[in-house]
Amino acid sequence: MTTTTASPRSVRDYTHPLWRRLLATRESAIVGLLIIVAVVAATTVRGFSQPITLTYLLLDVTPILLIALPMTLVMITGEIDLSVGSMVGLSSVVTGALVQAHWPFGVAALVALLVGVLGGAVNGLLVTVVGLPSLAVTIGTLALFRGIAVGTLGTTAVTDFPQQWTALAQARISGTTIPYVMIPFLILLAVFAIVLHFTPFGRGIYAVGLSKDAARFSGVNVERTKLILFVLTGVVSAFAGIFYTLRFGSARGDNATGLELQVIAAVVLGGVSVFGGRGKLYGVVAAVLLIGALSSALRLANVTSDVINIITGVLLVISVVAASVLAWLQKKRRRPNATATTAG
Amino acid sequence: MTFAHKRVAALAAIAVTAALALTGCADTGPATSSTGDTGGDSDNLAITFLPKNLGNPYFDTSAKGGKAAVEEFKGTFNQVGPAQASPDAQVSYINTATQQGVGALVVSANDPKAICDALNQARQNGVKVVTFDSDTDASCRDLFVNQASADGIAKVQVDLIADQIGDEGEIAILSAAANATNQNAWIDKMKSLLASDHPNISLVDVVYGNDDDQTSFDKTAALLQSHPKLKGIVSPTTVGIAAAARYLSTSSFKGKVALTGLGTPNQMREYVKDGTVAKFALWNPEDLGYLSAFAAKALITGEITGKEGDTFTAGKLGEYKVGADGTVLLGDPYVFDKDNIDQFDF
Repeated sequence: MTTTTASPRSVRDYTHPLWRRLLATRESAIVGLLIIVAVVAATTVRGFSQPITLTYLLLDVTPILLIALPMTLVMITGEIDLSVGSMVGLSSVVTGALVQAHWPFGVAALVALLVGVLGGAVNGLLVTVVGLPSLAVTIGTLALFRGIAVGTLGTTAVTDFPQQWTALAQARISGTTIPYVMIPFLILLAVFAIVLHFTPFGRGIYAVGLSKDAARFSGVNVERTKLILFVLTGVVSAFAGIFYTLRFGSARGDNATGLELQVIAAVVLGGVSVFGGRGKLYGVVAAVLLIGALSSALRLANVTSDVINIITGVLLVISVVAASVLAWLQKKRRRPNATATTAG
Repeated sequence: MTFAHKRVAALAAIAVTAALALTGCADTGPATSSTGDTGGDSDNLAITFLPKNLGNPYFDTSAKGGKAAVEEFKGTFNQVGPAQASPDAQVSYINTATQQGVGALVVSANDPKAICDALNQARQNGVKVVTFDSDTDASCRDLFVNQASADGIAKVQVDLIADQIGDEGEIAILSAAANATNQNAWIDKMKSLLASDHPNISLVDVVYGNDDDQTSFDKTAALLQSHPKLKGIVSPTTVGIAAAARYLSTSSFKGKVALTGLGTPNQMREYVKDGTVAKFALWNPEDLGYLSAFAAKALITGEITGKEGDTFTAGKLGEYKVGADGTVLLGDPYVFDKDNIDQFDF
């Protein structure tokens, strides 16, 4: 990588051996932690080391895994989308209301995806064209989307979904314990990873997060980049909403309340800076799985839901604090021979 | 992307795969079949209660009964549940119980259908499923412990009001919504019971408070205005009876117009103590939990399979018979009065 393109880490230290540099990155630390939690849980928590654990774990985290992909890109640009949980609820309600009105399921799901595109575009246009901060915009649409969702179905639930679709949402790839829904997830992961890490558009995303002005001067269309990312977040959230509806066989206005915080927590834990410009998809995926494995293990150990929330919350706070301490230490260590280490 | 970066990504990919493989398939030995082995065993008396939500006094009371029962037959009792009463939150707890290979799961369903798939997966893994308080579709569980039948609810309310007004005079009903299926079924049964057994009581009005406190309060006032000879009010809904009691307790009708119906002890305590209400009914959630735990035990040990006509003994509550659709009826509603109300907290 040359110094003219924006690099997520513009300063790279080659004075340490590879293994030490690997351990030092935030992402590999999370991957390591995931392995440790998995191994410890498999050996100490009764019932964790059976194949079905993987099925339930993956089904539980699928909505978070899906939405974390575009959310990572949005947050690398320094923006945020808090409306994703409400979009899941809205897409669930749209699917449910149309199925109730005797629309074919496929068409209802397609309309829900279009609602996702529309919702994402609303967020994106308010941020880019009107120039409002995304935090404020998406707090607004968080309430707006949820309001429409709850207003449409009220306190009722639609539960009459075609059996073959609800079965598919839970089904496992034959001979494995991996749910089918991992296939669309892995395709999306590949697409997002290639776009983010191997294309000029992806480098533009990092550039926007590091410095909007510098990115603009080097030819990145900042507004278009952000708009595309908000639309992607909307549509992936709508897809997650359809999966959510089918998995629980229930479309309700209050589905996935609070999911946005779980997504953002996982993205931050996975090493994406809330200030933008930094982060990798594999770190985020590992973080989602880490939180999922941890809460699965704690539930199996009969730890109550309140305590599980406290533990995952503490983990998040520690990881964020540790990251800043680490960054501060690295900065301090680099300063004396800064010129020698800017070889990257 | 530099060489080092690719190495990082590749290593991470391997690591994630390894982690997943470990979480999923580490022990392919005895542990793999642990659900099949432990769940379904006739001596696996591990019973997990899954209420609609935790921190709810009603379910705390039913858990108390469940725990007492499980201790009696020396099983292991556990209660888990979500903070909010939503079906999706219950699913992960059902899955967890499946993984743990518990003997039975005793569930109050937040939705009759949404948790069905998860419950049936649990049953395929040998877990017995008992619903209590709130049922699922009959195809998703082995047994439903019903707290009260429509006949029993109608009868207890007619008996209570007849007793309190001396079996003659005008009464009215304060119901929930006009289209509430269960309320209307009870009211129809009450009407036929009054006609057949209490000819001197005339039901002069049925009004609807929509399970809204203020509406119910106003409807009570209107009832007393429009029927000056009214001797009693029956409110077969917990919101209605509490609002009516609140109105009566501060009016000149206190102690003159009888009030009964379905209420909870915590809502009604002050009105029972100040003499506004003599007796009202509901079921006893503690007994409900107790019976549900014994029903779960009977399923685990193979004493019953859940088919109609099966019988089992539920400790101090005595013998029970499985009715149609795999339903066990707790019994007649429980009558609360000033002597027993302080034993309850829900």
